[in-house]
Amino acid sequence: MTGASPYRLVGARPEPEFEVRVDGRPVPVVPGQTVGAALHAAGVRTWRTTRFGGRRRGLFCGIGVCFDCLVTVNGVENLRACLTEARPGDEVTTS
Amino acid sequence: MTADAATYDLVVVGAGPAGLAAAGVAARAGLRVAVLDSGARVGGQYFRALPDGFRAARPWALHHGFSRFVRLRDGLDGADVLLNHRVWAAGPAPGGGFAVHCLAGREERAGTVTGARLLIATGAHDRVLPFPGWDLPGVMTAGGAQALLKGNLVVAGRRVVVAGTGPFLLPVATSLAAAGAKVAGVFEAGGRFALAPRALTRPGKAAEALAYGWGLARHRVPYKGGRAVVAAHGDGELTHVTVARVDAEWRPYRGGHETVECDVLAVGYGFTPQLDLAAQLGCAIGADAAGGPAVRVDRHMRTGVPGVYAAGETTGVGGADLAELEGLIAGRAVVADALGVPAGTGVGARPEPGTGFGPGIRSEARVGARLEARRRRLTGFARALLRAYPVKDGWTSWLRDDTLICRCEEVPYGRVKEARDLGAADARSIKLLARPGMGWCQGRICGEAVARLAGEEPGPPRRPVAQPVRLGDLAAMDERTSDDDS
Ligand SMILES: Cc1cc2nc3c(=O)[nH]c(=O)nc-3n(C[C@H](O)[C@H](O)[C@H](O)COP(=O)(O)OP(=O)(O)OC[C@H]3O[C@@H](n4cnc5c(N)ncnc54)[C@H](O)[C@@H]3O)c2cc1C
Ligand code: FES
Repeated sequence: MTGASPYRLVGARPEPEFEVRVDGRPVPVVPGQTVGAALHAAGVRTWRTTRFGGRRRGLFCGIGVCFDCLVTVNGVENLRACLTEARPGDEVTTS
Repeated sequence: MTADAATYDLVVVGAGPAGLAAAGVAARAGLRVAVLDSGARVGGQYFRALPDGFRAARPWALHHGFSRFVRLRDGLDGADVLLNHRVWAAGPAPGGGFAVHCLAGREERAGTVTGARLLIATGAHDRVLPFPGWDLPGVMTAGGAQALLKGNLVVAGRRVVVAGTGPFLLPVATSLAAAGAKVAGVFEAGGRFALAPRALTRPGKAAEALAYGWGLARHRVPYKGGRAVVAAHGDGELTHVTVARVDAEWRPYRGGHETVECDVLAVGYGFTPQLDLAAQLGCAIGADAAGGPAVRVDRHMRTGVPGVYAAGETTGVGGADLAELEGLIAGRAVVADALGVPAGTGVGARPEPGTGFGPGIRSEARVGARLEARRRRLTGFARALLRAYPVKDGWTSWLRDDTLICRCEEVPYGRVKEARDLGAADARSIKLLARPGMGWCQGRICGEAVARLAGEEPGPPRRPVAQPVRLGDLAAMDERTSDDDS
């Protein structure tokens, strides 16, 4: 890392973060971020394993095309984490 | 805003530069316009905007030409903008015009928007090629890394390798570096200087390329041509990649390998247009300059289906400037067709803002002709780029038998080869035998690779739905918009 940061680059003064819980563990979110972005930013790179090979998956295409990033939010299965905007109090479960 | 029971003069699917430009022209001419996008904000891929929650003082720092975006966004003039609306099917409406079926919000409320005319401006997605380890977490598409940054202010990784082919690798690497990532290298599988002579034929582009070059130099990012990432490694997550020196056909030279540590690989081999809706509607699909599929349009951006228009990457990959210009032309054609006058004339004597034409030009026909001439120039440049950065067959030599071709159904290369040995001679037969492309993504990610492994040019998509949809919503429809079975 250099001294540069994306926040400095765009002069961000973000609103207060809120939390979502990922398998019970709190993850901070800047209002407007997607579940996938918040997880990735928190260092969680993988939140699903595949049916056959048990391979770990996280973000791949980032825009809703590949379906690698599927996640369960508040009991709703198979949401694309990269498209789903996080809301305060969301319970995210991984599989 | 509810999407139900609205009838519009024009429904635009896609709020990228193409869709926004068209919607603005039509709305300012007095047409009733709806713009639908699956995203939470307008802008599309190029002008992907940050959420307001960041309160960014300099939102333009991540975009070339941000003022153009502001003009597009603020020029929508009364058009209904329906965000978080995923369009999964479109077809003729019973009473005439088109019915556009969508799912709204996280709850996926089903709804239908109808319009007399329809513009398909759904853009493109990254084109990727399989290689050993490409499904390890930490391997992402180049566009995906860009989307994380532009739309969420998240830097994809601490130490990032950017690889693939095409001019898009440069802005990805420079913005990652500017945002604080250590970019360990940009590896272009094609020749390093493929771009330079072409870029000089378009002054604006030469300046942009120089700016990227300067950006890479400033952050000490090595840029190497004739290099490809041929394998990704890590125990559960990416830790390093193998970079090979490759020949003109992209076959690795023996011994020309190096290992580069990284926690993220951003990889892209160009873009593939999103053509599901166009294919569903029966629009003719032809080949772009590099043999890839693209909607066929006339010089006014009309597809072969009366009332359906296409603009932007759907008509061939050409970047944001061309997309915006095509949207402008399409919007003018929609207005002219709605008014019953020849396209290219009669949109009203006012030159469109952002076209570069001064108020001195009074003749609509001349404005139309100049827009078309500009489109020919930009299309020529886009074609030259596509030809300068082709995908070469040598990528298949990177595959091992256990390399997944289809990430969804977890189909390894070995099984695709078996299917070929059993006599599957084309992509469709390979798909039926080995099942690549039959999973969640419906072949969007592996379709290109499977077609190439079958020795075919990637063809138009054959998908009954453009987005996954619950069976109940399907059953609720009066008629299926497609009888395709693949
Ligand atoms: C992930 C990604 C990142 C990119 N980043 C850059 C970049 O940083 N710089 C650059 O020069 N080029 C970038 N590009 C290239 C980009 O294709 C063009 O620059 C430009 O954005 C194309 O404009 P467009 O209007 O044709 O389509 P887009 O800008 O792609 O807009 C299409 C819109 O349609 C929407 N859409 C698609 N299908 C549906 C559907 N079924 N229902 C509802 N909405 C739908 C999408 O959400 C999107 O907002 C990127 C491409 C991708 C795929
Ligand atoms: S990362 Fe591809 S669909 Fe979410």
